[in-house]
Amino acid sequence: MGVSVDEAVSTGPVRDHTPPARRFGGRGRSVLEIALLTVLAVVMLFPVLWMIETSIKENRDVYAIPAKFFDFTVTLDHFKDVFVASGGRSALSVSFLNSVVVAGVSTVLATVLGVPAAWAYSRFAVKAKKDQLFFILSTRFMPPVVVVIPIFLMYRQFGLIDTKLGLILIYTAFNVPFTIWMMKGFVDEVPAEYEDAAMLDGYTRLQAFWRFTLPLLLPGIAATAVFALIFSWNEFVFAIFLTSSDDVRTAPPAIAGLIGGTTVDWGLVAAASVVFALPVLVFAYLVRKHLVAGVTLGAVRR
Amino acid sequence: MGTVAVHGLSKSFDKVQALDGVTLDVPDGSFFVVLGPSGAGKTTTLRAIAGLEKLDAGSVHLDGRDATGDAPAARDLAMVFQNYALYPRHTAYENIASPLRARRCSSSEIAAAVEQMSSLLHIEHLLQRRPAQLSGGEMQRVALARALVRRPRAFLMDEPLTNLDLKLRVEMRTELTRIHRSLGATFVYVTNDQVEALSMADQVAVLKEGKVQQVGTPTEVYERPANQWVAGFVGSPSISLLACHAEGDRLVGAEGWTLPRPRWTTAEDGRPLLLGLRAEDLSVEQRGNASLSGELYGLEPLGDRTVVDVRVGTEILKVKARPTVTGTPGERLLVTVDLDRAHLFDAGTGLALSEAGR
Repeated sequence: MGVSVDEAVSTGPVRDHTPPARRFGGRGRSVLEIALLTVLAVVMLFPVLWMIETSIKENRDVYAIPAKFFDFTVTLDHFKDVFVASGGRSALSVSFLNSVVVAGVSTVLATVLGVPAAWAYSRFAVKAKKDQLFFILSTRFMPPVVVVIPIFLMYRQFGLIDTKLGLILIYTAFNVPFTIWMMKGFVDEVPAEYEDAAMLDGYTRLQAFWRFTLPLLLPGIAATAVFALIFSWNEFVFAIFLTSSDDVRTAPPAIAGLIGGTTVDWGLVAAASVVFALPVLVFAYLVRKHLVAGVTLGAVRR
Repeated sequence: MGTVAVHGLSKSFDKVQALDGVTLDVPDGSFFVVLGPSGAGKTTTLRAIAGLEKLDAGSVHLDGRDATGDAPAARDLAMVFQNYALYPRHTAYENIASPLRARRCSSSEIAAAVEQMSSLLHIEHLLQRRPAQLSGGEMQRVALARALVRRPRAFLMDEPLTNLDLKLRVEMRTELTRIHRSLGATFVYVTNDQVEALSMADQVAVLKEGKVQQVGTPTEVYERPANQWVAGFVGSPSISLLACHAEGDRLVGAEGWTLPRPRWTTAEDGRPLLLGLRAEDLSVEQRGNASLSGELYGLEPLGDRTVVDVRVGTEILKVKARPTVTGTPGERLLVTVDLDRAHLFDAGTGLALSEAGR
């Protein structure tokens, strides 16, 4: 959610709508505003900056006291260590690949299952529709950590412990309700008459949905999929309880596993974290137009 | 061929009964108008014919064959929606071509048909635009072209002119009538505008709260309203209704007036009645065969005529007069009544009294 809100609520429009002459005499106000925002940004982003900085410091600079902010030697060794270990690929790189597979497949599954369901809930008279939707949402009421033990026991029976399939299934199960709820809002926004008209043109109901409604839903689907992807990508609790071996584990428990033991290679932890954070940022940036359009769809249409 | 017959249509949404036993018979090639106020169930009736609405009860027959369970695509109908429902991502050309694409026509056939339709509706220059780049009137024409581009069993039109401005609406009224005549196809046309109904229809069905009130030609509906509600809904200004009862050879009003009793009515003495008088059958210029006295309540100049509101006791009569009429409120007036054209309704049931003797 954070990404889209930041995108949607920029400070620009606020300045535009305030007559500058009336407060603090013209540009002075915007300078003050920029200064305050800069301070705020530095405070908020400091951990991120520190992470990036640590990831490119040599080990002796990482541990230097007092801490070195600017005059350190830049190195990319930590990033190399993230991907390559002695004698081939590192365990971390495998975990990143696992994350890509698990997050990607579960997002695709949640979208493929959730979008038609949302369409059905929006378009058809379903018995006890509100109760059903509430029930679907209620599966999200409990934090994952509450249900992880029963799921662990269930998974043990089905042999799903320590498998990527197990993680994909649980992430899909968590993302489908979200997808249904979010997509139902988008489907509600598309007039049902397009499908009615298409059916009278001679298309079946599914053809009408596929040819005329679905293209209009794409921004919404993109926004929903990004949120689902971020959830699956960042998920930690299920991942650490349900997986243990290096070739199944996703990135969050793998990175957490680097901390602990007698010595911690903070450079490696920071580099792994940077690599972990990048894909989501890049993906959100690429679809930002759709994200904003998606989040504000109800406000600007009609 | 293109007959549409619906029988006993019933449909409720949650607790609202939208249709309550609607039965209509649309003959082949007729311009059939379903008229009613908003919420009367007109659109639901049309959607039921189109197969877009699942019915609680009733049947739909197309060309004499039961089509109640058929999918919309199988019914071979075309529909114009109130909000036009043009596909927003398609050009006008693709919108018009859509019914033909669904039927897998060749692109040369499609091009020919779209060209023919666009010249008929004068939209050749708009074909490459998307709906967002069209004005309301242009969208309406494109929607019409999409319906007319093939020859379906019947055309269904859901208040297609409602969203147009008055001038365009009058223009399109003439145009639709012309198109209907030239195609000879069956039109089922839904509207809440009685002027559209009276000016375009071969047959009018008046709907209220999901029930058919009356079916007939525009003249029948206007001249012989089946009940008090139809009389009030059709006609502008609306009919004036005065409470009264028969007493021998006289009608005695609740407000104390008396009029000669119309010869054709058979109502027994003392039964509560409503006397319906249309504005054009009343006059402030001594023309009718009977008269009521009242006082001037207000004037509504409408350009070509003036509607004079006359107060008789506590009731208001609307009288059509020449545009030059003048007067001051409170002034005494004699309103003459053309009793041969008056209507009588039972005050309890609202039903029109038999006019068989007329």
